[in-house]
Amino acid sequence: MLGEKRIKEIADSILARSTADQTEVVILSSDSYLTRFANSTIHQNVAETDTEVRIRVVLQRGGEDGAQVGVATTNDLDPEALARTLESAMDIARVQPRNPAFRSLPGPQPLPDVTAFSESTAGCTPEQRARGAGAICTLARDQGVVASGALTTATFEVGVANSLGVSAYSATTSADINTVIMSDTSAGYAAALALDVDDMNFEAIGREAVDKCLHAQNPRSLEPGEYTVILEPYAVQDFIQMMSWTGFNAVAVQEGRSFMVGRMGEQIVDPRISIWDDGLSPEGIPLPFDFEGVPKQRVDLIQEGVARGVVYDSYRAGKEEGKSSTGHALPAPNSFGPMPLNVFFAPGKGSLAEMIRSTERGIYVTRFHYTRPVEPKQVVITGMTRDGTFLVENGELAYPVKNLRFTQSYLEALNHVDVIGAEPRLLPGMGGLGRDSVPALKLNKFRFTGATEF
Amino acid sequence: MKDLTDRALNLAETQGASYADVRVVQRRTQNITTKNGVVEGLSDNESQGFGVRVVVDGAWGFASSAVLTPAEVDRVTALAIQIARASALFKTHDVQLGPPAVQQGSYHTPVVIDPWSISLEEKIGLLLEANEGLRATPGVMVASASLALWRENKTFASSEGSFIEQEIVEVGGGIEALAIDRDTGEVQKRSYPNSFGRDQRSEGWETILAMDLPGNAPRIGEEAVALLSADQCPSGVTTIILGATQLALQVHESCGHPIELDRVFGTEASYAGTSFLTPDKYGSFRYGSDIVNLTADATIPGGLGTFGWDDEGVPAQRVPIVRDGIFCGYLTSRETAQQLHDIVGDGAPERSGGAMRADGWNRIPIIRMTNVSLEPGEWEFDELVADTDDGIYMEMNKSWSIDDKRLNFQFGTEIAYEIKGGKMGRMLKNATYTGITPQFWQSCDAICNEDHWQVWGTPNCGKGQPSQVAHTGHGTAPARFRNVQVGVMK
Repeated sequence: MLGEKRIKEIADSILARSTADQTEVVILSSDSYLTRFANSTIHQNVAETDTEVRIRVVLQRGGEDGAQVGVATTNDLDPEALARTLESAMDIARVQPRNPAFRSLPGPQPLPDVTAFSESTAGCTPEQRARGAGAICTLARDQGVVASGALTTATFEVGVANSLGVSAYSATTSADINTVIMSDTSAGYAAALALDVDDMNFEAIGREAVDKCLHAQNPRSLEPGEYTVILEPYAVQDFIQMMSWTGFNAVAVQEGRSFMVGRMGEQIVDPRISIWDDGLSPEGIPLPFDFEGVPKQRVDLIQEGVARGVVYDSYRAGKEEGKSSTGHALPAPNSFGPMPLNVFFAPGKGSLAEMIRSTERGIYVTRFHYTRPVEPKQVVITGMTRDGTFLVENGELAYPVKNLRFTQSYLEALNHVDVIGAEPRLLPGMGGLGRDSVPALKLNKFRFTGATEF
Repeated sequence: MKDLTDRALNLAETQGASYADVRVVQRRTQNITTKNGVVEGLSDNESQGFGVRVVVDGAWGFASSAVLTPAEVDRVTALAIQIARASALFKTHDVQLGPPAVQQGSYHTPVVIDPWSISLEEKIGLLLEANEGLRATPGVMVASASLALWRENKTFASSEGSFIEQEIVEVGGGIEALAIDRDTGEVQKRSYPNSFGRDQRSEGWETILAMDLPGNAPRIGEEAVALLSADQCPSGVTTIILGATQLALQVHESCGHPIELDRVFGTEASYAGTSFLTPDKYGSFRYGSDIVNLTADATIPGGLGTFGWDDEGVPAQRVPIVRDGIFCGYLTSRETAQQLHDIVGDGAPERSGGAMRADGWNRIPIIRMTNVSLEPGEWEFDELVADTDDGIYMEMNKSWSIDDKRLNFQFGTEIAYEIKGGKMGRMLKNATYTGITPQFWQSCDAICNEDHWQVWGTPNCGKGQPSQVAHTGHGTAPARFRNVQVGVMK
């Protein structure tokens, strides 16, 4: 770790040197380790140490709206390299036409006192990671199946400072594991995310995937069509990610392509559904501020089925009267726009066992694979099932089935909710930074349009 | 540089490595995005660092750092050794790399006009001119034009005695128009010259000039708006002709990925999956019809998968993958080539086909596509259309999805045209098609010739944990496929 003092020194030196009207320095420093296994052995095992310094300069011609903005990055912390990078950002800004929509970098705000740091995770050794992976490999070998997966432990430091007085620093840790267990005819999956690697029960995670794999052996073919579905949290997470990507962000709304456009305040899904982003919640892995140093705010995206809001960064907020950043900026320049990274889907009262018992005929899905938007306004998504798909008949898991392709509007599907699960899972989210908390779901209508051979 | 690489290799050997390699990489990128007449993003990015890969006690370890000092080389090398020893705690076999691969030399991407010599003003001006052309048609709500420049200088050194220096240069550019119906909210998109923002090649600024983004912009804007009132692609089983850019992605997803031998051997199972092209199919499986020939070639000029040596120091090569429809080759590494040779014997080469590529200094090389291409056929495009009685022409990818063994796929394209009686007819929107990989390729009955063949770039191929992005190339010409399910979206 560089530490708060060093990060502040680097940022302050750049701010002091800059002659721009406004300057922002974002420093991302990481130590990350990943132990990967396949065929029940560790085959890739890697470590990385990096620090990126991102400098954004703003040139505002006195009296005119808008600004010229330039961004340059380096991972060379030598003072000469930093000076060169600052000059590069200035050169970029100088040659640009003015962007009339750019208002200002954000000013300082009180920052929440939130920490998400575990000494055990930060100090996790290659041997400890190997033993965690090894526990799953050994379990798989004992059951006559094959383990693959990846265990990551990482420390991230984020420092944001700007010439308006923003000065923010945060150090976080995270540990995540995913595993796919395979037999000749089946596969099972499990994943987990934790702040503290010592909280991870590798044997339990391995057991979840092994049991699924064993139960899913020798799948039968099933005709595609419309079915009731029971979705484990891994599958439900795709709803969050696709809806975030296509519509829960200000860019998609401002460009007119979001499903939220023209529907704020309207019922768009089942009234039992509430989805929100909260970067400060201790139920997730909190982040106190975004990549502009703006404190994270809770944003209700869907509240009791009603479209309520989307997330903003300062640039997109500046384009709308009365809007301010909600603390969801990604590192500039960011053409994708602000993104929800700490999404919560409100749990209900049901259990997976009850969902199965109450289903006359349906399909039980562990997770989705390779999902992609086909049409954004209805959030029509296509993808495959993967790693444990079963026919449910007369209240029981009848037999495993070969994987199916679906093409389905997620909005339409969320209007056919039967049961929402009670116990949400915390899962790694978008782009390695996100963390989502999602329950299981039973939906009465879901359209499968194809099938594969396994 | 050689001081640092020698230091790492010597230290690795003294600490017990039976094999070690070091890569030092300096990368510079420049990205410019304009939207609706405004520069929305312009950044210049530099990243440098080194990574040490070792085999100790028969297992792999890798560590990397952005700090290029002797002290950090010592720390990182020792960490790589420690990590390898930890890997060895649960090994089931020792890493086998096969015969040594000792190479010395240098490679530089041939460029006519150095893209880094072009002024920012000229680049911005080009994009804003294209932006204006896109917005000339009322109904275009979002007009985007972007450029991407890339330069990577890398040094590879190994304990076997290799020392290789390479400079790879790439340029990418593209335009995109989003038309949105204010009443219905329907969104339609058109892109040029390739989907999702740009096409990219390992060439110089001459490529961007040849694209003529401003010249093509008005047409793209017009087509995006026209799609709003086009008819929906019908559902059914029919003949399709795929345009070259859509076919490039079809090749990427349904051929390029399943021939990655690491996927076949299960080492990517925890992320993107495995492959249906198991070793028992090697040399005998009918992948496509008799006219289907696919090749992986890291030597094609301008391809995104073109280089001098891969990131294991193996020379760039041309590897046949499918010949006359029969599957006959994989993308391999030193380790996987050995494994395949052990399984199939002398029918498979013992040496790597040179497909190991790493996304930067902080990633290990894994098997990636180079330029995986469909060889051209015999047809002129106009004659192919004239020969088609009833079908749909589909071009420019809009959505893509495939299962985790690379069998069941579904694609959507931006634009399509009905073909009736050998003539291109009405425009169709929301075109989708689906199939099973070998059945699909076995239904290919015509491929256009060299006059219509071009190498396209896919600069955003994701694989691996931690995630890596590879730039891959795919040469294609339009081709026809029979009995394909189309119109999947309700």
